Amino acid sequence: MRKSLLAFGLLALLSSNAFAANYVVDTSGAHASINFKIQHLGYSWITGRFNTFDGKFSYDPAKPEAATINVNIDTQSVDSNHAERDKHLRSEDFLYVKKYPNAKFVSTKVESLGGERLKIFGDFSLHGITKPIIIMAEKIGEGKDPWGGYRAGFSGTTRIAMADYGIMTNLGPASTHVELMLNLEGVQQ
Amino acid sequence: MLKNSTLSYGWLSIVFHWVSAIIVIGMFALGWWMVDLNYYSSWYTDAPHYHKSVGLLLVALMLVRLTWNLSQKTPTPLGTKWEIKAAKLAHLLLYLLVFSLFISGYLISTADERGITIFNWFTLGSLGRFFAEQEDIAGMVHEYVAYVLIGLASLHGLAALKHHFINNDNTLVRMLTIKQQKEQQ
Repeated sequence: MRKSLLAFGLLALLSSNAFAANYVVDTSGAHASINFKIQHLGYSWITGRFNTFDGKFSYDPAKPEAATINVNIDTQSVDSNHAERDKHLRSEDFLYVKKYPNAKFVSTKVESLGGERLKIFGDFSLHGITKPIIIMAEKIGEGKDPWGGYRAGFSGTTRIAMADYGIMTNLGPASTHVELMLNLEGVQQ
Repeated sequence: MLKNSTLSYGWLSIVFHWVSAIIVIGMFALGWWMVDLNYYSSWYTDAPHYHKSVGLLLVALMLVRLTWNLSQKTPTPLGTKWEIKAAKLAHLLLYLLVFSLFISGYLISTADERGITIFNWFTLGSLGRFFAEQEDIAGMVHEYVAYVLIGLASLHGLAALKHHFINNDNTLVRMLTIKQQKEQQ
């Protein structure tokens, strides 16, 4: 009797998990990227990215509003394809990576906007400051991969003011905000 | 006299010494000032350009200077045994620190395969990235070595003044003029 109860309990646990699958962002295969862009003088966009990060999410296509996600970023890995600028971005003037080596995003609430679109509320920590942000996301697709796994991928964008995170270096009126673009493909665990 | 003797420096050594001294001090001041420039300062891109251009020309000068000095006699040092030893060590260190600045500075700017353009005259190519976080580590070395060099150079200057005013010897004078040596001959 006890055995069958246990079996039943396990089955219930497994089936509930089978819907909200857990995914690990595929950074080892680099099927994910965290990019940013900021205007230069108001005349053009500079893009860059963080090369080192990790992330996890859970997602159930039948219940997208139950999704959760968290992402950790190694700020030292900032890369704008210019060594002198990257050195400056890592300095006290911007990311101050020696003092704040990590940035992270932890979701708090997800709204489904219909279709594959999601509005992800969460807390973003950068430069030692945590603030709520909203990431407008979209599921790009999900399904089996050719190697026996199951994958789901999302793309999301958000925009932050540098001053909100205590980064006060003045780059001019057109360059007060940074746009973040996340492309995250997860492998189901 | 162009060449050094055991009593005095020749004028070429004297010129090399003072030109590099002025450039090193100028480069320190420029470097110290330019890192805090506002993004909208008109010097924001020019100051580093001059810093790198002059710095790399100084490498050439220092290499010629070093070659010249190695081919020359060194005037006999004046002072006590320990002073002479300390002076020799300091002179060696000054050279080492200056060359560390060249290497570290070069490694900052060339970490991304970009070369360094000298006065829009020619470009010294990059040798690529040698190690991880190259621009950051080289940048830190460049900064600290610069402070140590200026500290040691100040000590070097004070020692010369001490020779001149306290010991009343020829140490400073023979780095300023080629005439004074006769007094001690």
